[in-house]
Amino acid sequence: MNKIYNWLFGPKPTPTKTLDTANTAPLTDQQLQSIVSNQNPRFDMQQLIAAGGQSVGKQRELNEDSLLAITSTMAGNSGNLPFGLYIIADGMGGHQFGEVASNAAIRTVAGYVLRKFHSYLFQIKTDTMDESFQEIMLAAVSEAQRAIQREAPGSGTTLTAALVLGQQITVAHVGDSRAYFVYPDGRIEAITRDHSLVKRLEELGHISPEEAENYPHRNVLYRALGQGEILEPDIFTVAFPQPATLVICSDGLWGVVSEQDLIRSINEAPNLQRACQNLVTAANTAGGPDNISVVLAQLIG
Amino acid sequence: MGSVYRARDMHFPNVTKLVAVKEMINSAPDPLVRETIVQNFEREANLLATLHHPSIPRIYDYFSLDSRSYLVLEFIHGKDMEAIINETNGFLSEEQVLTWAIELCDVLDYLHKHKPDAIIFRDMKPSNVMVNSSGDVLLVDFGIAKSFQSGIKGTMIGTEGYSPPEQYRGEATPAADIYAMGATIHHALTRRDPRLEPPFSFVERPVRRINPSVSPELEVIVNRALEYDPVSRYKSALEMKEALMSVARKTGILVRMGSQTGPIVKASGIKPLWTFKTEDEIRGTPTIFQGALYIGSYDNNLYAVDAADGKFQWKYPTDGGIVSRPAVLDGNIYIGSEDKRLHVVSARSGKVVWTYYTDGPIRSSPRIAEGHIFIGSDDNHLHAINLTTGRMAWRFETADPVRSTPFVMNELVYTGCESGDYYAVDFRGALKWRFHAKRAITSSTVGNPQALYFSSVDGTLYALDPRNGWAIWRYRLGKASISSPCIVDEFVFVGASDGFMYAVEAKSSKEIWRFRAEHQVNGSPVIYKDSIYFGSVDGNLYCLEYRTGRLRWKFGTEGAITGTPLVFDDVVYVGSTDHQVYALLA
Repeated sequence: MNKIYNWLFGPKPTPTKTLDTANTAPLTDQQLQSIVSNQNPRFDMQQLIAAGGQSVGKQRELNEDSLLAITSTMAGNSGNLPFGLYIIADGMGGHQFGEVASNAAIRTVAGYVLRKFHSYLFQIKTDTMDESFQEIMLAAVSEAQRAIQREAPGSGTTLTAALVLGQQITVAHVGDSRAYFVYPDGRIEAITRDHSLVKRLEELGHISPEEAENYPHRNVLYRALGQGEILEPDIFTVAFPQPATLVICSDGLWGVVSEQDLIRSINEAPNLQRACQNLVTAANTAGGPDNISVVLAQLIG
Repeated sequence: MGSVYRARDMHFPNVTKLVAVKEMINSAPDPLVRETIVQNFEREANLLATLHHPSIPRIYDYFSLDSRSYLVLEFIHGKDMEAIINETNGFLSEEQVLTWAIELCDVLDYLHKHKPDAIIFRDMKPSNVMVNSSGDVLLVDFGIAKSFQSGIKGTMIGTEGYSPPEQYRGEATPAADIYAMGATIHHALTRRDPRLEPPFSFVERPVRRINPSVSPELEVIVNRALEYDPVSRYKSALEMKEALMSVARKTGILVRMGSQTGPIVKASGIKPLWTFKTEDEIRGTPTIFQGALYIGSYDNNLYAVDAADGKFQWKYPTDGGIVSRPAVLDGNIYIGSEDKRLHVVSARSGKVVWTYYTDGPIRSSPRIAEGHIFIGSDDNHLHAINLTTGRMAWRFETADPVRSTPFVMNELVYTGCESGDYYAVDFRGALKWRFHAKRAITSSTVGNPQALYFSSVDGTLYALDPRNGWAIWRYRLGKASISSPCIVDEFVFVGASDGFMYAVEAKSSKEIWRFRAEHQVNGSPVIYKDSIYFGSVDGNLYCLEYRTGRLRWKFGTEGAITGTPLVFDDVVYVGSTDHQVYALLA
């Protein structure tokens, strides 16, 4: 009976929305913050900003990760040239001196790159260099390879290094640390490819991404710094997208924090430092099985 | 893990009988585990002792002492195959590798047929193959040491490189040994150590791309052994051995198979839609506009030809050879000539509209942008000419003649110069930045906001940051290049005088492929649909699949091709120094 009534007279018309939601009320902190963070203030001066975060994690006693972040700004009449170098290296467990290897890697690469750029960036002479960014990065990685074989033979490390010069990011990458771009609209783009057995099997369609999650040889790398006679790092140059955040992290972060959480932690944080803290906390909350390292950088202006 | 000792068997005191003693250290901390390891070792030693095959070293004895176990086996005078590969200059001969491969398949066949259970070798790789003093191969290191390796926790390094994908799921089957066999032959033929390459990437580096002297038949066998799917591989080591034998029969005879395969379509199979003959060499590049093809010739004329049938429409005489490409705007054709002038000619009538004088021959092609014509000249200037007035807006002095075509982007004009300098000039003619290559930059720039690409006579393909001229990467070509690159998707293509067309990844400068023409490639490539077209001094116009560099067809002209082909509406147009323009179906 009721049904017929309903059918005959239709559902009760919902009262048209009154304008009481339009009452002026102070914005909540959250609303305010999201408005502020979405507003992308324009800076006249183009510059790099960056922050880093690191934790030994909850289950390891030793920190085998190494992290390096250098950010420089130079601006003047002759234009401005953001310069930055961000490196994460994850020393190998199961090998002796993993922490020695990762430390040697970041210091050697940074030392080499800075020496090369010093005379061009920080001296009056402003000729262009005769070596390319990619050649400098390759030479830096090769020098790190030799340093590790000398200082800590038998050990190995991953290395993901990003050299930012102007609007170009030149990445040198070996192993399974990762670099991403995270965009304010919630997109994420992986810009490195893991040199791991599991990734390779996944790429070839031998195992599904779900199987990869639980693969027993998850942490077997086929390329690492310090290992092997010939090292072939992936070296490439991409444009630094604006607005976007460059993320470099070790598997202690990407292995336990989902991409969705990664994006949210970065896009909802008021600043990069807080974002780094949030990411490290998220990885530790998820159990912190491995050392955690992360660097975030943005090009603004 | 342990060592191998060379030892003398003292049971034979009067003679020197050498044996190899393999030592394995039992480092498991748990006594129960330790005992299991020793038991496994002894079981395997017993098994090995029952095997009889010329390619399996004989076992004389075994024993365990404290935490170490020892295996006494035949001493082999010789070297392992990996050492031989590394010590050989160049490639091992196909016959040599083939002989070893047949012997190895024979021993695998023996092992796989073992009763009651098949024996899977699991670890076929060059370092586990010994070649003795008489050139025969022996399989060493029968997985026996494996149980001595304790599990390593945490991030590890190292994959076998020779093992098939399914072995990582713990499957050990005869098919796994066949894959490893294929990997071993691949390594021996190409000298590329699979442990240094991404796993399972053999497909990406076919044998003959690295070592073209290998016969196609052998490559087919290697590829089949290396199939990802075990079912697609040879069903047995015997089947693979027979396949290898048939190659040996074919190529083992002195008559070697020709190593180059013929083009997919024979050059003679292609007929041009039409040809058009001028009175001298055509070194430049055509332009198409409203159904007409415009091309300059070394006979001083600019020709207009019907693009559909090659019918002559008009010719416009200049006083010098034309070696560049005409530009078109608003019904006018713009062309530089060695008579030092830029000529502006009505496309409809072929009559001159105006001319512009420089102080030297013009070999650069005009670039029209932002109300100006930008063109280089042998008078050592880059000229900016106002389109409406035909007068000079400014000229920028360069160190040497400018023969490359200026490139305009983001309010900057980019051009190379014969001195090796490369300039970025703003719209007022002021230098923004300069880059220097070691030799002339005759090649014209292509670019996008991310990078500018051009090649140089110094034998390098450059990628520069358009904002500041810093080199992003440099890619070494075999020889000098005056060919202008072209970019599509993620690839940069360029020719060089070493006869190669190169395809390089834009972001990393990694080589994707290279294709060898029979002579210099001085013209520029063009991409149309999924093909790349370019001419060579060998007289051919080549059409390749641009993603793989595989030859689709080639078409021979009577003279060198130095210009760039033009592809429009499924027709390729190209000029040749045999004086003719050809129109071919793309």
